Amino acid sequence: MSTPLAIRVWEGQLMTVWRAWRTAVALSLTQPIIFLLGMGLGVGALVDDRVGSATSLGGLSYLQYLAPALLATTAMTAGSFEATYPVLDGFKWRRTFEGVSATPVDPRGVVHGLMLWWTTRLVIGSLGVGLALMVIPSTRGWGVPVAMLASIPTGLAFAAPLASWTATREDETSFPPIQRFVITPLFLFGGAFYPIESLPAALRPVAWATPLWHGVQLCRDLSVGALVASDTIVHLTVISAWIGAGYVACRIAFDRRIRR
Amino acid sequence: MSQTVSTLTRVLPALPGTLRRSSRMVERSVMVYRRTWMIIVSGFFEPLFYLLSIRIGFGALIGDVTVDGVSIGYAEFVAPALMASAAMNGAVYDSTMNIFYKLKHAKLYDTVLATPLGPTEVAAGEIMWALLRGFLYSVAFLVCITALGMASSPWILLAVPACLLIGFAFAAMGMAITTYMRGWNDFEFIPAATLPMFVFSATFYPLSAYGDWAWIVQVSPLYHGVALVRAAALGDAGWGIVGHVAYLLVMAAIGIRIAGVRLSTLLRT
Amino acid sequence: MPEAPAVTPDEPVIAAVGLRKRFGTFEAVRGLDFTVTRGECFGFLGPNGAGKSSLMRMISSVSPTSDGRLRIFGLDPATDGPAIRARMGVVPQTDNLDQELTVEENLIIYGRYFDLPRSECRARARELLDFVKLADRAGSRVEPLSGGMKRRLTIARSLINRPELLLLDEPTTGLDPQARHVLWERLYQLKEQGVTLVLTTHYMDEAEQLCDRLVVMDHGVIVAEGSPRGLIDEHATREVLELRLAASDRTGIAGHLGDLAVRVEDLPDRVLVYTPDGDAALAILRAAGIHPVGSLVRRSSLEDVFLRLTGRTLTD
Repeated sequence: MSTPLAIRVWEGQLMTVWRAWRTAVALSLTQPIIFLLGMGLGVGALVDDRVGSATSLGGLSYLQYLAPALLATTAMTAGSFEATYPVLDGFKWRRTFEGVSATPVDPRGVVHGLMLWWTTRLVIGSLGVGLALMVIPSTRGWGVPVAMLASIPTGLAFAAPLASWTATREDETSFPPIQRFVITPLFLFGGAFYPIESLPAALRPVAWATPLWHGVQLCRDLSVGALVASDTIVHLTVISAWIGAGYVACRIAFDRRIRR
Repeated sequence: MSQTVSTLTRVLPALPGTLRRSSRMVERSVMVYRRTWMIIVSGFFEPLFYLLSIRIGFGALIGDVTVDGVSIGYAEFVAPALMASAAMNGAVYDSTMNIFYKLKHAKLYDTVLATPLGPTEVAAGEIMWALLRGFLYSVAFLVCITALGMASSPWILLAVPACLLIGFAFAAMGMAITTYMRGWNDFEFIPAATLPMFVFSATFYPLSAYGDWAWIVQVSPLYHGVALVRAAALGDAGWGIVGHVAYLLVMAAIGIRIAGVRLSTLLRT
Repeated sequence: MPEAPAVTPDEPVIAAVGLRKRFGTFEAVRGLDFTVTRGECFGFLGPNGAGKSSLMRMISSVSPTSDGRLRIFGLDPATDGPAIRARMGVVPQTDNLDQELTVEENLIIYGRYFDLPRSECRARARELLDFVKLADRAGSRVEPLSGGMKRRLTIARSLINRPELLLLDEPTTGLDPQARHVLWERLYQLKEQGVTLVLTTHYMDEAEQLCDRLVVMDHGVIVAEGSPRGLIDEHATREVLELRLAASDRTGIAGHLGDLAVRVEDLPDRVLVYTPDGDAALAILRAAGIHPVGSLVRRSSLEDVFLRLTGRTLTD
């Protein structure tokens, strides 16, 4: 019995990035700390000085407010990257997927392998931010590892739908606009840096529909240990819905692409 | 935008041979980007998003900050710094990943060097293109700042040349560094340099907040860029400006020199 | 275009004396002397690693010489590189076409590198696309073109500045026979128009078809020089008898043939008999009871010259 296709796809992706990762790991461990020190402490000092800001942040210091949200935004960034360039790469330039699927053609195995790889990648990605959270005294806590786990479905909720889009593409021209008009605005307006109550009322439902806001809330609630059951169920439902829809779309799109 | 460019490339032939030859590289980039102009245009939305986010979110959380004894709105304080950072990021991207692709993968420069163009002209031409893009981007930034009412002084027009200088310095240095890159993996180190600069260049809070560590911040080239653009935006001129300009000019000169020499050794073997 | 002194008809287009190229401790080109005169097609024949590409890069004035004297159009590449390159076309070994541009744009921008006016670039691009039979692909990207098409486009590109001298590094390597013949025909036309052609190749038939004069290179030095026919006459016989033999029949062939075998080469897969009359030689061998598994009588070629000069076949 040979290794299942899904495992081989996962292994292939892992090998491809391993060399890059030796440096990237070091960087992904240090960059969140730098960002948090700069933004959390510096900007935090300005925010926390202001009477009334603590109330709008739910009684948290700005650093405590921002830091766990970074888990979710980092997962979004990693998930959306992994689902675009590397997936197109596998179809088009390196043809890894066509290679592995030439003998028994099995798009399902390719999709499962990728999901497995994304999960691995997201776990690694969450380590850097998680470490930063554990290093900084005011954000340290037992909730942090749980919040790290919660960031993984958030990343998958971006990776799966985007990969199904990538599977229908012949080139990378649509990726920068996705980055610019979806990922960046979510990063800026998705509730990571300040409460979405600051947004115009009409925009708030948009934030509610996206997996990022739910991921941010989930990570924040978990890390500070302020979980509300009903909210958590809503967050998990929305994120799961995105993953589920993305998975189905991937299965259809990969099937068409690989068997054509 | 290609209108602006073609006007420029029509004017340029009047300039001396080297500059004219360099401008051929700009012409090539225009040809390439003519098809993907949407990407460049969509880039104009980025400043808008960032500025809006600062205004909506941080403006509400922070209110005013005090710089040199003067109290200004937080958005007004950060906007020039974002403009300077954008100039840096654009120049760094154009002069690193883009150049590396053309140097090592597309072998573009090998092709070009079989024509009368020389390595220094190629390097200068690519930097010219980076500057041209930076110019368009800075103008877009300025339009956004003004439209959102974040500018308090007409001197903010000077923010555009200030950003060109920032772009020049970073593009030159970025290109010099790119000639030492062995593979794509080495580009992981670029954000390792630009992120700390972005966060610690008096971008989001005044230099005074750093206390005794302020001198480290002043080593960062982006700090000098931010200071220049902020001075323009606030109409707050001082002798310090000379120092900021000098720092960036020296950085640009060193970068160009290294890039020219390195490209010659890499391509003329 | 920069003004350069025109070459007088009897002045060589390329003159090299003691030309050398070193990369660290490795010496790729080890002292070459040759001249190329106006209007001729000059070839460098040799196996891979003979130093041909290094030589071509020096001639195209992008790679500095390590030692010796090199003049192109009477100019020194070290000081007059741009002026030399302005009058020359280069077809490198691998097609380094601009992947981000279309077929037509590749030609136009290349013309712009030579400082040609935009309108002339466009007109010239159309002419050249007709010349290399790619007019219907003008708006296409480069990537989907076939190998032969890319090669033709690279050649068209090298002609945009109406070069006096065209350098071709392995122009037909990797092309199918039909594509090669199309290319040769185009190159022949250029020669008719008075363009000086310099090419490297490791194909005998190419050298024989195109070159008026050639040098045979091996390990960075010239081992012979002359016209293709002259080299064959000098270093080989009129005909070659190729034999595939059982191992037991291999020895003693020369003894049977006597004067009729000028030389016998015992190669791993076949035996070559250099002889003025192949059919007569074969008849004698048959009469002597030697019955080859296969036999072929052919005119001798540059391959035989190369074998004679270096003891190796070109594809070794």
